[in-house]
Amino acid sequence: MTALITSLPTEFKVAQVDYSAIAPMLIVTAGALVGVLVEAFAPRRLRYAAQVGVALVALVAAFVVLVTVSVDAQGLTLERAVVIDGPALFLQGTVLLMSVLGVLTMAERFGGESPDAFTPMGAAVPGSPQEASAMRAGLMSSEVFPLTLFAVVGMMLFPAAGDLLTMFVALEVLSLPLYLLSGLARRRRLLSQEASLKYFLLGAFSSAFFLFGAALMYGYSGSIYLGDISKAITSASGELDGLLIPGVVFLLVGLLFKVGAVPFHSWTPDVYQGAPTPVTGFMAACTKVAAFGAILRLVYVGLEANRWDWRAGVIAVAALTMVIGSVLSVTQTDVKRLLAYSSIAHAGFILVAVLAFDKLGVAGTMFYLVAYGFATIAAFGIVSMVRQGGSEASHLSQWAGLGRNHPVVAAVFAFLLLAFAGIPLTSGFTAKYAAFSPAIAFGGRAGVSLVVIGVLCSVITAFVYVRLIVLMYFTEPAGGEVVAEMPSPMTTVALSIGTLVTLGLGIFPAQVLSLAESSSVFLR
Amino acid sequence: MSHAATWAFRVRVAAAAATSRHVPAQVARLPRVSPYVVVAAVVLVGLLLFVAAMGARALLAPKAPTRAKLTTYESGVDPVGQGWAQTQIRYFVYAFLYVIFAVDAVYLFPWALVIRSTGLGAASLVEIGVFIGILLIGLAHAARRGLLRWF
Repeated sequence: MTALITSLPTEFKVAQVDYSAIAPMLIVTAGALVGVLVEAFAPRRLRYAAQVGVALVALVAAFVVLVTVSVDAQGLTLERAVVIDGPALFLQGTVLLMSVLGVLTMAERFGGESPDAFTPMGAAVPGSPQEASAMRAGLMSSEVFPLTLFAVVGMMLFPAAGDLLTMFVALEVLSLPLYLLSGLARRRRLLSQEASLKYFLLGAFSSAFFLFGAALMYGYSGSIYLGDISKAITSASGELDGLLIPGVVFLLVGLLFKVGAVPFHSWTPDVYQGAPTPVTGFMAACTKVAAFGAILRLVYVGLEANRWDWRAGVIAVAALTMVIGSVLSVTQTDVKRLLAYSSIAHAGFILVAVLAFDKLGVAGTMFYLVAYGFATIAAFGIVSMVRQGGSEASHLSQWAGLGRNHPVVAAVFAFLLLAFAGIPLTSGFTAKYAAFSPAIAFGGRAGVSLVVIGVLCSVITAFVYVRLIVLMYFTEPAGGEVVAEMPSPMTTVALSIGTLVTLGLGIFPAQVLSLAESSSVFLR
Repeated sequence: MSHAATWAFRVRVAAAAATSRHVPAQVARLPRVSPYVVVAAVVLVGLLLFVAAMGARALLAPKAPTRAKLTTYESGVDPVGQGWAQTQIRYFVYAFLYVIFAVDAVYLFPWALVIRSTGLGAASLVEIGVFIGILLIGLAHAARRGLLRWF
């Protein structure tokens, strides 16, 4: 005991904080706190407008500060706990822009008083007196906006974490609001509550895996900092080698769960289906960005030195993720579940780029995340518009003949599906090229075989998407009036931006690609 | 400090006083064993004690079982209805608040140690103000939404 106390530093050391580097995160945090106060004290009729305004202002201000101030403040700050470098800035900016679109789609009211997708009382039993009285009292669900901002804070910290504990804190900060948000769907409440509970329980398991892995890595290297772990691996004495591989495996299990890679994917379809549709879009796009950012940093900064020991396992995970995600998407009958399995397959494609272990692999991963995220938010935004009898028409048979009544909506959705399939002139094609070419160049034989599997799986998923397009355009409507609701200007803006980015990255990818390449070097 | 702890403390002081005068020869001759072996031995002795006590009771106690004696004893009335029931968990908010402020207090202790050091006091005061301010915002929200009302 006395030995432990004497080994600690006697003088308390002040952590140096580079405020301009972490200013974007602080702005979003402040926005979330203001949102909490607005939720408590603003009068009810102003609350919706105030919450949407605060959220959008905070996100846009954070992005402006990020591109003007933080770019020049790169480095390790807060005693190495936060690393603001090229990949961190790129991914933080991506998360901020996508969450602007996410907030815009969540704010959709379809002519009602409060956000259309959310229930005012998440804990109430569906159809119970409490829920009815909450509806009568005009309670609102505007607390989703501060919750979203808190999740965004976690997502920004996750790819910038310089040590395993900060990474874990970021993981929890981004996960806890998402568990809540996915249980707040107004319609099909039981499905939503089930999704929330499943996500929470499985997420808690995966967090425990991550924490246990962090403990083993600390036991191995005597430090939680990624740079120190890397040094400990290269100068290994061989004494504690038994801790290294289990530690790496547990850490990767925790992170691969968040991206929905295959042995850890089973939550994805249920949660994507049950969560309110705008939340699903936000979650699918932004969580993937943050979690892949964390995987990139952990793998490239911390664990690259012994990658030959654990690479085979991740290669198997990537191959399984692509194959199972694309094969199971063939059998889906629900649009949201179909997009969920497609997101699993996309996670596999991104893992291929991660496994290239080169600067270009980092750039390919980041470009893919941008391309996939914008298309996903727009796609889920459209899913939330298509209605039958007031509730979402998510069954595939209800989408038959949509192209006749609503040509614009169907055309935009078809375009986004083509982007998911990776057809040229969409962002999907350039993204797949950016992800697969470093794998071929630097990944060796494993990289080439992964790319072959990836291309075959793309063909399978293309079949799924084309079948849906055929359903929308060349099939008679099954009966019953399926309509696409008229979206508000906010949703229209979000959908337009998402679609235009998808188109723009397909035709002129050079700008974003070169930005990704120039910001693909990790600081240690 | 409890009685037993005081006693243990006195023994340790006495032992320290004894070792400071002269090193006992028997202690020096004991073989050096790994601390894990000591832990394992303590666990083993604990298990043995338990088994011995239970075994002695089983051997010594008189036994005359009847059907009535073998039923599970329950005080009060027979259970009615099913085990699954919805309950009012009106204490959970207080449990939440307790957890939040307990953790808060844990973080205040190290701060209290450094608050008087020069060059650190002012900055740390602001930082702890931000920390507690964030918690208070949450509390204000909870109070305003009626979560602290008892009814």
